[in-house]
Amino acid sequence: MNPVALNLSGIDPELDDIELNLFVSAMRQRHGYDFAQYAPASLKRRVYQLVEQHHTTNISTLTGRLLHDPTFLPQVLEGLSVPVSDMFRDPPVFRALREQVLPALSVHPRITIWQAGCARGQEIYSLAILLEEAGLYDRCQIYATDFNDAALRQAREGIYPAREAQAWSRNYQAAGGTCSLADYYSARYDFIKLDQRLRRNVVFADHNLVTDAVFCEAQLVLCRNVLIYFSNPLQNRVLAMFRDSLLPGGFLCLGLRENLALAPAARDFEALDSSLRLFRRCPEPVHDHEGG
Amino acid sequence: MKAVETIVIGCSTGGPGALARLLGALDHRLPASVVVCSHAASSPHTLCQLLAQHSTLPVIEACEREPVRGGMVQVAPPDYHLLIERGRRFALSIDEPVGFSRPSIDVLFSSAAEAYGAGLIAVILTGANADGAAGLACVRRAGGVAIVQQPDDAAAPAMPRAALELAGADHCLTLDEMAPLINRLCMT
Ligand SMILES: C[S@@+](CC[C@H](N)C(=O)[O-])C[C@H]1O[C@@H](n2cnc3c(N)ncnc32)[C@H](O)[C@@H]1O
Repeated sequence: MNPVALNLSGIDPELDDIELNLFVSAMRQRHGYDFAQYAPASLKRRVYQLVEQHHTTNISTLTGRLLHDPTFLPQVLEGLSVPVSDMFRDPPVFRALREQVLPALSVHPRITIWQAGCARGQEIYSLAILLEEAGLYDRCQIYATDFNDAALRQAREGIYPAREAQAWSRNYQAAGGTCSLADYYSARYDFIKLDQRLRRNVVFADHNLVTDAVFCEAQLVLCRNVLIYFSNPLQNRVLAMFRDSLLPGGFLCLGLRENLALAPAARDFEALDSSLRLFRRCPEPVHDHEGG
Repeated sequence: MKAVETIVIGCSTGGPGALARLLGALDHRLPASVVVCSHAASSPHTLCQLLAQHSTLPVIEACEREPVRGGMVQVAPPDYHLLIERGRRFALSIDEPVGFSRPSIDVLFSSAAEAYGAGLIAVILTGANADGAAGLACVRRAGGVAIVQQPDDAAAPAMPRAALELAGADHCLTLDEMAPLINRLCMT
């Protein structure tokens, strides 16, 4: 059970801010992870969860341990990164990928796909299944990135609790699945393991959206429910990075409740289905005065 | 007393009916924002539509990064936690459910307590679990006003009961007594 992380908040907000800033500085200066531009309310909530999980008395104690105990960083990253996901979460989105995006990609002899913030891999296996069923998989190079190494390791293994299988199977069917999800995993005791052939063209790699740069030219970028954790300037910067990673006409798929209204970089995208947060990168800008 | 900027309302089992009655009795000139977190299983559109039929104020789904708007009811979208930033804008997260709930009333209330301090009213209505109790304690600690539905008056008494036990309340009322009090606290 995860801790409630509420008992401490609200006692002295000003002191909290000072402590939180020191924690963020320590993460950046000592470990190179920059959380300064994350949305404050949920970042703070997760830092409090860490305080409770590790039975420290306050954020400063946590910061001290972060600076002096070299084994502590992975646990802090795990706590801050929220690798929460599901297979075929939001089935209508995966149905639209199947019915609208993949047919458009099928005209390309080689297809490059980047999923940013892949967590424990649930969505990458979902996408791989769609690609297999569309007969496109062998033409694809898929990059699945995250800044949480523990999550990436689990993503490679593709092992999940068996209790998820039922809901994920329903999602798969609702997303237009033609087989049975069970065809793609083997069940053992309390776990299911996804067919490892599904990742033969997947490269799992450590990539931090805050500090790392564009590394591929993709026809599809999937980044669902990651930008919601970023403040407006960081959201815009990462959106511009997706634009620069996409070929003109390339597809961008974001989380169902993400709002781009405040991001200037959103102007370089047009909506394919705005309610599903499916976009296409606009063709290279054409000068207004060109032609007749 | 600090002027009321926002009213946060939490409920689960029996919530839609109770919300419809409460929102239907609010003053249509209410300047404060109303933010609703309900676990009720019905689809989000249905909940917004149902509430819009009864509410005196316009009802919309809360949208991330948008300002928390006065004179409007804003409903938490399903399957995300809804938070309020100190800059009085909405934020979403898909962190794990808290005690099986996402959106969690605790998460909304504790963030709102930090954002508004004494300028907040928090209301716990009917519900079959203990979500909201810890959040209500945060609200009270920060100086906000806690209103809890009388357990006997609630379709499901567990949620108000848990809130009373953990956080206590400034006002423990029947559903029909709530709107007049909220109107009075907000309109003066
Ligand atoms: C909530 S999960 C989203 C999982 C999946 N896309 C979904 O919607 O179900 C967010 C993921 O983003 C990753 N993330 C957060 N900040 C990041 C950053 N700066 N760079 C790369 N990944 C990041 C987290 O580690 C986490 O795995």
